[in-house]
Amino acid sequence: MIRDAMLVAAKDLRLERRSKIGLAQVMPFAVLVLLLFAFALDPDRNILRQATPGLFWVTVLFSAVLTLQRSFGVEAEDGILDALRLSGMAPAGIYLGKVAALVVQLLALEVVLAIGVAVLYDTRFIGIPLLIGVSITATLGIAAAGAVYGALAARLRSRDTLLPLLLLPLLAPVLISATRGFEVSLERETVSGWPWAALLGIFALVYLTLGSVLFRPLLEDA
Amino acid sequence: MTTTTTTSAGSAAAAADGPTGTGSLGTKVLGGLSLVAIALAVVYGLFISAPDAQLGETIRIIYMHVPTVLAAYVAFIITAVSSAMYLWKRNEFWDLLGSSSAEIGVLFFAVTIIDGALWGKVTWGVFWRWEPRLTTSAVLLIMYIGYLAVRAIPADARTRATRCSIVGLVAVVNIPIVHKAVDWWRGLHQGRTVLSTIDPEMDGTQLFAMYTSLVAGLLVFAWLLVHRFRTAYLAERAADLGLDTALAERRLEGSPATSDTSHTPTNTGAAS
Repeated sequence: MIRDAMLVAAKDLRLERRSKIGLAQVMPFAVLVLLLFAFALDPDRNILRQATPGLFWVTVLFSAVLTLQRSFGVEAEDGILDALRLSGMAPAGIYLGKVAALVVQLLALEVVLAIGVAVLYDTRFIGIPLLIGVSITATLGIAAAGAVYGALAARLRSRDTLLPLLLLPLLAPVLISATRGFEVSLERETVSGWPWAALLGIFALVYLTLGSVLFRPLLEDA
Repeated sequence: MTTTTTTSAGSAAAAADGPTGTGSLGTKVLGGLSLVAIALAVVYGLFISAPDAQLGETIRIIYMHVPTVLAAYVAFIITAVSSAMYLWKRNEFWDLLGSSSAEIGVLFFAVTIIDGALWGKVTWGVFWRWEPRLTTSAVLLIMYIGYLAVRAIPADARTRATRCSIVGLVAVVNIPIVHKAVDWWRGLHQGRTVLSTIDPEMDGTQLFAMYTSLVAGLLVFAWLLVHRFRTAYLAERAADLGLDTALAERRLEGSPATSDTSHTPTNTGAAS
C-alpha cells in the first residue's frame, strides 16, 4: 500500500513538474487573491494586517479547490480512474498517494503565500513552531477531505460547481482552527495555540482514515 | 392525513407489484398522534404556558426551535447509519432511507435556522449573531444541501447510492468537529447560546409545552420520513417500470410480425 501511494504521488508530482499548472496558474491566482483583498480592504487602515491570518487561509482554501480540480481532472480524462482501479493497486494506496501529492503542492503554495503576505501585508512571523504545526495539520486535513470529494466529483459534468459546494463547508472547522492558530502565533491572541493544531490534527486523522476506507467504493461504484 | 401517490408510468402494473399509495394504518395512526401532539403544543406553547422570567414571550419560539433541531439531528444520524449500512449491505432500502431522511433533515434544519434568526431579532435586535449553535447550524445546513445536490445528479441507482452514502458519512463525522471548532472560536468572545438561556427551573406548564412540542416534532418527523421513503420507493419502481416498458417496445419494433408500431410512447424519463 505504501509502495502504491509512493507511485501515485510520484506520478502526480511528475505531472505537475512537466505541466507546471500549479506553478504557472494556481500560484499566480493565489497571489492575485492577496492583491484583490488589498483592493477590497483599505491597506492603510490596518484592516489587512488584522485580517491577515483569515485572508491567508481563505486564499489557501480557494487555491486548494483549484489544485484538487486539476489533480482529479487528469484522472477523469480517458477513463484513467478505471485504469487505476484495474491496475491492482490498493485503493487506499491510491488515495494516500493523491493526498501526499496534494500536501506537497499545497505546502509549496503556502510558502509562496507566506512570502506574499510578508511582503504585501507587512506580516512578521513570530511563533514559527506553531505556524509550521498548524500549516502541516491544516494542509493534511484539506488534502485528506479534498481527495475524497475530488474523486467523487471528478467524473461528473457539474464537478466544477459541485466540488466547492461540497468541500468548503466541510473545511469550515479547518478555516476556523488554522486562522485562530495563526493569530496566536502572530501574537494577536494571548491563549495557547496548540489546541487548535490538535483539533486540525484530529480532523486530518479522521478524514485520512475515512478516505482510506471509502476510496474502494468510490473507485468501484461512484 | 394520508398522501396518495400514483405512479405516472402505469398504475395498473404497479398495483399488481405492490402499493400505489404511501398511506397505511400505521401512518394514519402516526399522523393522528402528530396532529394531537401539535394541537397540544400549540395550545400550551402559545396560550396556556406562562412567559419566561428572562426570555419573556420569546420562549414560545424555543418550543418550536428545540424540536426542529432535535429532529434534524436525528435525521442526519439516520442518514449516516443508512449510508454505512448501504456501503456494507448494498441494499436499496438503506439508500432510500438515508436520502429521504437527509431531505427532511435539511427541511427541519432550515426551519431551525429561520426561527433561530427570528428569536435573535426579537432578543438581540439582529437576525444573525455569530452564536455558536446558529453558526454550526448554518455550516451543517450547507453541507447537507451538498448531499441533496449529489442526490439530484442523474445516475444509475447503484452509482447514485454509493456517492450519496460517501457524502453522508463524510458529512456526519464533521458534525462534532464543527461543534468543537465553533464553540472554541466563539468561546473567546461569548458563551450564551439559545439552549443555555432556557431556565432549568421551568414551571409546569412551560415544561409540558416543551415536552409536547418535542414529541410533536419527532412524530411529525417520523410521519414525514415514512411517507418520503415510500414515495422514493414508488419512484424507483416507476423508473424500473419505465425501463421495462421501453425495453419491451424496442423488442417489439425489432420483431417483424408486430412491426405495425401500434403501441403508444411511454414515459421513460425517470429511467434515463
